[in-house]
Amino acid sequence: MSALAGAARRRRPGPLARREARSFYLFVSPWVVGFVLFGGGPIAASAVISLTDWSLLSSPSFVGLDNYVKLVEDPVFYTALGNTLYFAAASVGLGVVSTLALALLLNLPLRGIAVFRTIFYLPSVVSGIATALLWVNILHPDFGMINYLLGLAGVQGPGWLTSEEWAIPALVLMSVWGAGNTIVIYLAGLQGIPRSLYEAAMIDGAGWWRRLWHITVPMLSPVVFFNVVTGFIASLQAYVLVLVMTEGGPANATLLLGLYVYRQAFEYFDMGYAAALSWALFAIIIAVTLVQFRLARRWVHYEVA
Amino acid sequence: MVAEISPAVAGVARERRRPRDLSRLPAYALLCAGAAMYLLPFLWMVTTALKTADEVLAFPPDFLPSSFAWHNFPEAWTQLPFTRFLLNTVLVTVLAVAGTLVSSIVPAYAFARLPARGRPVLFAAMIGTMMIPAEITLVPQFLLFKELGMVNTYWPLILPAWFGYAYYIFLFRQFFRTIPQELVDAARIDGASHARILWSVMLPLAKPAIAAVTVFSVIGNWNNLLGPLIYLRDQDAYTLALGLSLFQGEHATAYHHMMAVSTLTVMPIVVLFFLAQKAFVRGITLTGLGGR
Repeated sequence: MSALAGAARRRRPGPLARREARSFYLFVSPWVVGFVLFGGGPIAASAVISLTDWSLLSSPSFVGLDNYVKLVEDPVFYTALGNTLYFAAASVGLGVVSTLALALLLNLPLRGIAVFRTIFYLPSVVSGIATALLWVNILHPDFGMINYLLGLAGVQGPGWLTSEEWAIPALVLMSVWGAGNTIVIYLAGLQGIPRSLYEAAMIDGAGWWRRLWHITVPMLSPVVFFNVVTGFIASLQAYVLVLVMTEGGPANATLLLGLYVYRQAFEYFDMGYAAALSWALFAIIIAVTLVQFRLARRWVHYEVA
Repeated sequence: MVAEISPAVAGVARERRRPRDLSRLPAYALLCAGAAMYLLPFLWMVTTALKTADEVLAFPPDFLPSSFAWHNFPEAWTQLPFTRFLLNTVLVTVLAVAGTLVSSIVPAYAFARLPARGRPVLFAAMIGTMMIPAEITLVPQFLLFKELGMVNTYWPLILPAWFGYAYYIFLFRQFFRTIPQELVDAARIDGASHARILWSVMLPLAKPAIAAVTVFSVIGNWNNLLGPLIYLRDQDAYTLALGLSLFQGEHATAYHHMMAVSTLTVMPIVVLFFLAQKAFVRGITLTGLGGR
């Protein structure tokens, strides 16, 4: 166990290297067991279950790709798919732009800016069932805060969660309110842009708008891209709060794919179809992510190739 | 991407004060407008909790109650056994967070500091699991716990936490890699075991990461609705999150009571957030990933 042994380690696997490797496997074992029990194992099981007809009451029977055929022919699946894509695109689109604008403001060297940062981050911290119920209340067509405020401005507010047309926009509003994480990530990115770029541009007489458009936006585009990709991955999977807020209604207007998986599994006890749906969701997440990476070539600017 | 974000953390503290100029006024105006939009829902939550049953159903509504109905809080709290739910939530949260810390720190040390041939493959597998939607493992995990006879117990909410979460292992690994190798080598020369190095060298230096993961994990467990919804059956065993959703089902229009219980549920998290704010932001920027 001397320094000499440490130096030897880099050349050939000696006794120390073997001991380190043994320690590695010992230390990493909790996760490996967890991976088998709660990660890889269930994933493999899910693939198998998706090929069966299983209601939990009887034993599973193998049905091949029947569940996937059923899925392709299921109009509710397409409703859920449309809702999911609509919700994800709207919440990421609105979220990315509005939080970027907020992050630009929060990056200004102003007195008391830390207080503002805390305020914008707070909703994302407490978001959960309590704030979901709060939003059910806020969005109430008659007694809610939003329509009350709209009323003060002379606008007749919509039915929000009770309206097929406005239910998803209402959920988007709530999700943007809770998107403080993206603000923090934007701030970190903004702080990383070299000041010299701005100083050079100011010497050249570039105004605020030109500096934003020609320095901040391209330099920040990798961070925007990160927020877009992770935002899509997260919002395509979202459903737990919707389950409590609307149960997918009215008339399946807020039925998201994750909620449909839950419904099939724990309300209809159709485990095989639920598993098949979850794989369809996974495929959609991968497809959307790949499209993002393809589109990124057109707009994301990397300093280092 | 991750590497591009991390070094910027230090910059958050670095702020230059510019001389007074009027161009700051529009910025303040916009910030105040934005802050109002973010805070109004919370204000509405508290004012609604203080309204009477008639006032919450008044049309058009008023922002402020005519008088503060503080009695709403004890009234709402006792309509369901919320004290019991609170104790259940604390129990589950403490056990799950303890497990998360132990079982994420130990593998993270291995991934950060112990070379082995299988390490890159295992690390890739771990990062890979972070991208799999939870919906896929939902059904098989439920069947597993059902097979083990653990439905209607707290085991499904606690046990997985004792086997490491990829996200936190990744976060700790990133942190451990920033600790100078010389410190580890010096301890090795003194004959310290890896367990000893992890405990005496790494952990004291990793306090910010521990604080961040503790906060993330407390919040995640406190707000966990899906787990209790699927696994808990007896009302006495409910957690706060599940109790709240039950309350909503039973008293859909008792907004004043609902907001009173919601306020009380959210309060511990708000306090925790203010206590651990710095560690929190650091934890997020460390991985470049948002909290879950």
